[in-house]
Amino acid sequence: MSGAPAVRRPYYRRMGRWWQRDPFFRRYMWREATALAVLAYALVLTLGIVCLALGEAAWQVWLAALRSPASLALHAALLAAMVLHTKTWFEIMPKTMPMIFVGERRLAATTITRCGWAAAAIATLALLALAAGWRP
Amino acid sequence: MPEPARAAARSITLEVLRYRPEIEAAPVWQSYVVPFSEDLSVLQALQHVKDELDGSLSFRWSCRMAICGSCGMMIDGRPRLACQTFLRELLPGPVRLEALAHWPIQRDLVIDASGFIAGLERIKPYLIPRQPRPLAAGEYRQSPHELELFEPYSACINCLLCYAACPQFGLDPGFTGPGLLALLHRYNADSRDGGRAQRMAAVNAEHGVWSCTAVGYCSEVCPKAVDPAHAVNQNKVNSAIDYLRHLLAPRGAPP
Amino acid sequence: MSSGTSPPARSHAPIFWLLFGAGGMLSALFGPALVFITGIAAPLGIVIPHDLLSYPRVLALSQHWAGKSLLFVIVALFAWHAAHRLLHSLHDLGLRIGPATRLLCYGSASLLTLVSAAGLLALGF
Repeated sequence: MSGAPAVRRPYYRRMGRWWQRDPFFRRYMWREATALAVLAYALVLTLGIVCLALGEAAWQVWLAALRSPASLALHAALLAAMVLHTKTWFEIMPKTMPMIFVGERRLAATTITRCGWAAAAIATLALLALAAGWRP
Repeated sequence: MPEPARAAARSITLEVLRYRPEIEAAPVWQSYVVPFSEDLSVLQALQHVKDELDGSLSFRWSCRMAICGSCGMMIDGRPRLACQTFLRELLPGPVRLEALAHWPIQRDLVIDASGFIAGLERIKPYLIPRQPRPLAAGEYRQSPHELELFEPYSACINCLLCYAACPQFGLDPGFTGPGLLALLHRYNADSRDGGRAQRMAAVNAEHGVWSCTAVGYCSEVCPKAVDPAHAVNQNKVNSAIDYLRHLLAPRGAPP
Repeated sequence: MSSGTSPPARSHAPIFWLLFGAGGMLSALFGPALVFITGIAAPLGIVIPHDLLSYPRVLALSQHWAGKSLLFVIVALFAWHAAHRLLHSLHDLGLRIGPATRLLCYGSASLLTLVSAAGLLALGF
């Protein structure tokens, strides 16, 4: 090298609110936020278990709390978040699983996602049917 | 873009994020107006700027045909190859061009990729034979199935678009990142290779696969359909198996 | 990309990731139906029988070993799934992952696991 040394002063950009940069990132952040709903529901169930263990009076308090408009609104939001979780969980599943081969053909990503959604639909219907009193 | 508007476009504005360390403390936007034509790529538009308007503009390029991996940059906010992106897709403009996200800017559209080069050495991206094999033993034979296990990951051109698409690399430059982990997997998944045990430490580390949160954008932007997100996440399974095996048989663990 | 000659330390993430994955799968399959049944259908008295969440029925469920394990697995895995994802979300929001953030996330999951286990054990068999 000859002449004046080149100025090397790399510039580091900040991440800032990086998730606002791209719609893909915004969808990712909504996907990750569904964990708040899963945590909230685990908390609701834990409180239910505690109330059940405390006796019938406490259990009735828990049931009454579930009937409150605030709880119904919360659970409507939790339901929406859970559905988003189910949708996105199986959308990313082809990336998180090893390659699957049926015979010599590699299973397509869309097939894996659709199988997951179908399994979730069957599980939902089965659980609803069991709750509604149907017995196999 | 409706046809009349496209036909009417005679010029298009490029907004380029410039950084000249001897002049600016921080990058600044600069606009150039370039003549528009249907078959003009972003790279050709930049070459027009450098040849006709401003010779001080710096950018990397080589092959002009999406195989050398040199001309990756943020084009309207998305990591893309400048040679593979045509101005007609970006009408009416202005087209915003910026150095690849998450990397230090060396100068204008040129990034400092020395971290990636150092990482390349660490992951041992070459076949490590199980035992020494003389030439006389002939070629290795592989079934189509064995080929399919690694072939998708062998198409990487080291263009670093996946790194510019990975917020985890942006948040923590220590993360090995999608490109290197996909390349690592390309060799681990090859039936001719026996070097898996030597590469597992890089996989098992916090800065190995475990910094990944499966955003998945790396696979979206890859110009060669390498699917780095799949490579990284398959290795979470492999690393978890390796972890449990190590936990159950810490000393006599098979490689 | 960190450099250095000695091999990098093994991460303990696999334990938490396995719990995250199990809880994620369980909640993806059954989460929507569970939330609908306990949070919407039962309080409003729609779709399901009126006495589904009555004290004797739920008590009987939680005293049976199968029902007890099922409830425990649901609560614990949901909690560990959420804790692991939220820990990464804190990192996404720009927080440095350290002992404090780990304690907040995994501590919450441990608390829910312990409280639900204690409640279910107290209910007897």
